Amino acid sequence: MNIADYKGVWVFAEQRDGELQKISFELLGKGREIADKLGEKLVAVLLGDKTDDMVKELVAFGADKVIVAESPLLNHFTTDAYAKVICDLANDKKPEIIFIGATYLGRDLGPRVSARLSTGLTADCTSLDIEEETKNLLMTRPAFGGNLMATIVCGDHRPQMATIRPGVFEKLAEDKTRKCEIEKVTVNLKESDIRTKSLEVVKVASVLADIGEADIIVSGGRGVGSKENFSFLEKLATNLDGVVGGSRAAVENGWVDKSVQVGQTGKTVRPTVYIACGISGAIQHLAGMSDSDFIIAINKDATAPIMKVADLAIVGDYSKVIPELIAHINTLRNK
Amino acid sequence: MNIVVCLKQVPDTNEVKIDPKTGTLIREGVPSIINPDDKNALEESLRLKDEHGAHVTVISMGPPQAEKALREALAMGADEAILVSDRAFAGADTLATSHALAATLRKLDYDVVFAGRQAIDGDTAQVGPEIAEHLNLAQITYVEKVDIIQGGLKVRRAWEDGYENIEVKTPVLLTAIKELNEPRYMNIKNIYDMFQNKEVKVWNATDIGADVALLGLKGSPTKVKKSMTKEPKGKGELIDLPANEAALYVVSKLKENHFI
Repeated sequence: MNIADYKGVWVFAEQRDGELQKISFELLGKGREIADKLGEKLVAVLLGDKTDDMVKELVAFGADKVIVAESPLLNHFTTDAYAKVICDLANDKKPEIIFIGATYLGRDLGPRVSARLSTGLTADCTSLDIEEETKNLLMTRPAFGGNLMATIVCGDHRPQMATIRPGVFEKLAEDKTRKCEIEKVTVNLKESDIRTKSLEVVKVASVLADIGEADIIVSGGRGVGSKENFSFLEKLATNLDGVVGGSRAAVENGWVDKSVQVGQTGKTVRPTVYIACGISGAIQHLAGMSDSDFIIAINKDATAPIMKVADLAIVGDYSKVIPELIAHINTLRNK
Repeated sequence: MNIVVCLKQVPDTNEVKIDPKTGTLIREGVPSIINPDDKNALEESLRLKDEHGAHVTVISMGPPQAEKALREALAMGADEAILVSDRAFAGADTLATSHALAATLRKLDYDVVFAGRQAIDGDTAQVGPEIAEHLNLAQITYVEKVDIIQGGLKVRRAWEDGYENIEVKTPVLLTAIKELNEPRYMNIKNIYDMFQNKEVKVWNATDIGADVALLGLKGSPTKVKKSMTKEPKGKGELIDLPANEAALYVVSKLKENHFI
């Protein structure tokens, strides 16, 4: 392997049902920065069927080039089809870096691709950089339930591959005037290449807004005490046009749904405002929310770990503070 | 049906604490357990054995003390256990680990290879799909339901917003998530049987016939450059005021920062 032959930063543009996923834009955002540091091109690789609208979006959100593999067999994700197309492309074009979202899809596809390319893969990265001297990719990820952060390098193998945790990196501002090269590649796929047969895909209806998309999250933990008490949090969330989240303890007690769990075993969120009520701030929880822009913690215990990461740490009882907050917000709005 | 379950012995991370003085992980005295997702994979294999008949082999790559995890698996009802252990495996990343386990699997008969989705000490979820790649097997990850059908399996795999039902012919590799089942406990009969009639076989790098260049540190493309415990950011104001005044202050700050 001649490492110098490998050029360009690839991001896997994840789509489902013909719609680009939020992670695809986050990958473009961070990928742009990494590509600029290397002085190389940022390439979005899109697999799907009827892709024209998605291609336009990828251009507007930062790609220098889009490689499109279009086939009815790529409309719906299968490990076999996607791994084959991406590995064939990578072997042909030799990218220096490939980023894939650490979604259920990306974590299925990523290791399959890296193993076939006989290269390394760093899972679920939350920080990425380029090492000045070597130009190697520095991939930082949590381990031991978020207790430990490790920086990983893949110095002697190319491509350098990482899956990236959703919700960690920001997308760029949309620029519809951007121009970029689009390459449609021929797809060499037969139905018999795909060994799994999808019978049905079922969406489980969820009335809850996706917590990962929310600008304001009002989150509760063990200290909230009961499911009924979450109505305090819901009122505040509604008032602020936000959503309610919960710690692992709140989920395990059945007070909130698992889909809104924040933390290492739940979702990583970075809302504009994160309001933590009755959450002590176990390190697993902090791992999922400490990058929020503005953190407000309400806790009776002034020494709780959450109070140290909070921008505003209120010593008190959330059930007394929240109604006062709502009252003051309403007063302000009515002025 | 032959099922091989890949399992890992891991420190119970719920018990891992950080030394406040040194900022490092305290690993001493932390109990070792069968990785939770792997236990779901084992349970499902044992359930298929109970209902349809199957031979369940558990394999693990690890140091000699990982034998304990395999003994627990035998006491839960597995038929055979193999510990793959050799100094040549030391320092393995996921790729090198997957090569060792794939080489072991080449020595065994299997219709289904069942692994946990991910281990709680690394959280990578990579070893299962990497094994599938080396053995050229179809894979289904995030498995939350398994049924046997003619010539293969019908599997329900979880997605973030729902699930998908998939049919697949055997051989196949599956990775389990905790929604799949509730693992059983060891029972007295199996514990007795384990001590009387079963042993944990130990295979080394030569036994599995693996290419040593692919094993351990040498076979690992990724290297840990540095590791550190995560420091919380140290800014912010502590507000210890009556609720009314605290709330007023917070709202003024929210306004000041244009959040409301």
